[in-house]
Amino acid sequence: MNAAPDRFTLAARALHWLMAVMIVAMLFIGVGMVATVSARHEWLLAIHKPLGIAILLLAVIRLAVRVRHPPPPLPADLPALQKLAALASHWLLYFLMLAMPLIGWAMLSAGGYPVMLGDALRLPPIFPTSPVAFAVLRHLHGAFAMLLFLTFLAHMGAALYHGLIRRDGVFASMLPAASRSIDGDREEVDADKADRPSAARQND
Amino acid sequence: MHDPAPLHVPPRRIGAWSLIIGAVAIVAVAFGYVGGWLAPHRLTPKKLVNQLQHDAGTFAGYRRNHAKGVCVVGHFDSSGQAQAYSVAEVFAPGQRTPVVGRFAIPGGNPYAPDSSVPIRSMALRFTLANGQQWRTGMNSMPVFPVATPQAFYAQLQAKQPDPVTGKPDPAKIAAFFAAHPETAAFRAWAKTAKPSASFATESYWGLNAFVFVDAAGQHHPVRWRMVPEASDVGSVANTPGGANYLAADLTERLAHGPQRWQLQVTLAKPGDPTNDATKTWPDDRRTIDAGTLVLERSAPQASGPCRDINYDPLVLPAGIEASDDPLLPARSAAYADSYLRRTSEEAHLPGTAAPKPETSR
Ligand code: HEM
Ligand code: HEM
Repeated sequence: MNAAPDRFTLAARALHWLMAVMIVAMLFIGVGMVATVSARHEWLLAIHKPLGIAILLLAVIRLAVRVRHPPPPLPADLPALQKLAALASHWLLYFLMLAMPLIGWAMLSAGGYPVMLGDALRLPPIFPTSPVAFAVLRHLHGAFAMLLFLTFLAHMGAALYHGLIRRDGVFASMLPAASRSIDGDREEVDADKADRPSAARQND
Repeated sequence: MHDPAPLHVPPRRIGAWSLIIGAVAIVAVAFGYVGGWLAPHRLTPKKLVNQLQHDAGTFAGYRRNHAKGVCVVGHFDSSGQAQAYSVAEVFAPGQRTPVVGRFAIPGGNPYAPDSSVPIRSMALRFTLANGQQWRTGMNSMPVFPVATPQAFYAQLQAKQPDPVTGKPDPAKIAAFFAAHPETAAFRAWAKTAKPSASFATESYWGLNAFVFVDAAGQHHPVRWRMVPEASDVGSVANTPGGANYLAADLTERLAHGPQRWQLQVTLAKPGDPTNDATKTWPDDRRTIDAGTLVLERSAPQASGPCRDINYDPLVLPAGIEASDDPLLPARSAAYADSYLRRTSEEAHLPGTAAPKPETSR
């Protein structure tokens, strides 16, 4: 029964939830700080830069974990289009969580700013100073942030769809072992479940 | 349950779908609120910079305020006297720090005559040996007209040219001043102020308070200003009709030798306002001479090294921090927006203002 893993490894799950909080916080911090002239602009930016670099480091670790430990397979009965959407959105998320901090770092470098992560901690520039590159990268940082937010919304909606509608164990695969009843709980039989083909994944 | 519909949806799934849609909608709305799209009354950097454009026009590639200026290059020689109050490397005894600066006049029109305003400005970027930077923008007046970004915005709105006359409406300006008594000190100064003939003979005040941090971690609220060595009245200015005499005067002076300023740092006493640029501190406050600014050459802003620098007053090295002055974060946010607009125009990105032919000069 345990041929394929039914959930992500502990490291993958821990990284997923930690980074989920960090990335969503970064999106709110980002749009919040550029939309205010109050002191919030200053202290949010002071959080934004080190938190963004922390996401970059974690994303590298996470990708390594992902390559070493492939995730549990999606339910066999999941329509091909949904499978493709899941796969594509996951790789898009990986791409964006690496690209966003790199672009942030590169755009400050291109703008000739010292990349300060604190009062005295400074990162070296990773791009030559260029106003044209600054403008392009700064717009890219904003556009990719919107793409990341939309992908996150779709991802959250899909996760809830798996957990509440399909109840196929996909949501549970990202949860701690103890909290299985949220999703794919085989003991709970109801009409709702009966009209769905059962998931191929062995959850019990 | 009587449900004639052939597609029977169990109530449980209606609940689940509502939960999913509700959750996504709540996150999206929260994002829209934080990002300002659903909070139209919030003062944003964009609104401030749009208003600067409404007042002066849009000039592609130029700064949205202090648009007319000239680049300068030189260095700062530290006297060592500020070191007791700030660990910033720029204040170490005998330290020489390279500087790229910019003189300018306020206003968003890069073709405005030099005599159109009595104010001149000096912006400096110190590049410290440790790679940190200190950027500052100063004006040639001892007090700022307003204390908050909201009041600054209101002032810009009051100064917007009337669509019929093409000039600001004096009634609106009078109404603004009546509603803002904190502008009194500035107005008293402006009454006697005359447009100077030279950038080199002006004092430049930082106006906003900052905080020096010493080696023991103690905080010292400060204000700074640059006091010129040159005191003579320029001759070029007295030539009537010249619209661009400031840059010419500067070039002429620099041809004869470097121009110097002393950096004077005033230490606050407890109770001195650090959050109100309309109020000066009492004259008896301790002032230290932190060193000498030496400017050696100038260059036109279109090709000079200051063009692509955003003199954001919150680019600070370790040892200097922002105070609680509400103008500082507003300046930082608005300068970033202005910088993005002008660099986008330099990059000719779609949707940006196209450069105008340089005929109006
Ligand atoms: C996962 C990582 C990151 C995310 C999700 C993120 C998100 C955002 C968002 C949503 C904005 C507002 C964009 C707009 O509305 O135009 C923003 C702006 C910005 N971000 Fe990031 N960011 C990340 C990493 C970084 C990093 C690592 C840095 C620098 C080291 C950085 C520096 C900035 C700066 C300087 C701004 C613009 C501030 C201004 O214009 O006033 N970001 N970011
Ligand atoms: C909330 C109030 C203020 C707003 C919204 C504002 C706005 C601006 C903007 C948009 C620029 C152009 C920035 C760029 O594109 O690089 C600018 C330049 C400048 N501002 Fe302000 N400003 C404010 C207050 C002040 C104060 C208090 C001072 C003086 C202490 C000051 C001094 C300067 C100087 C010297 C420059 C020219 C910098 C240069 O030469 O590049 N401003 N301002």
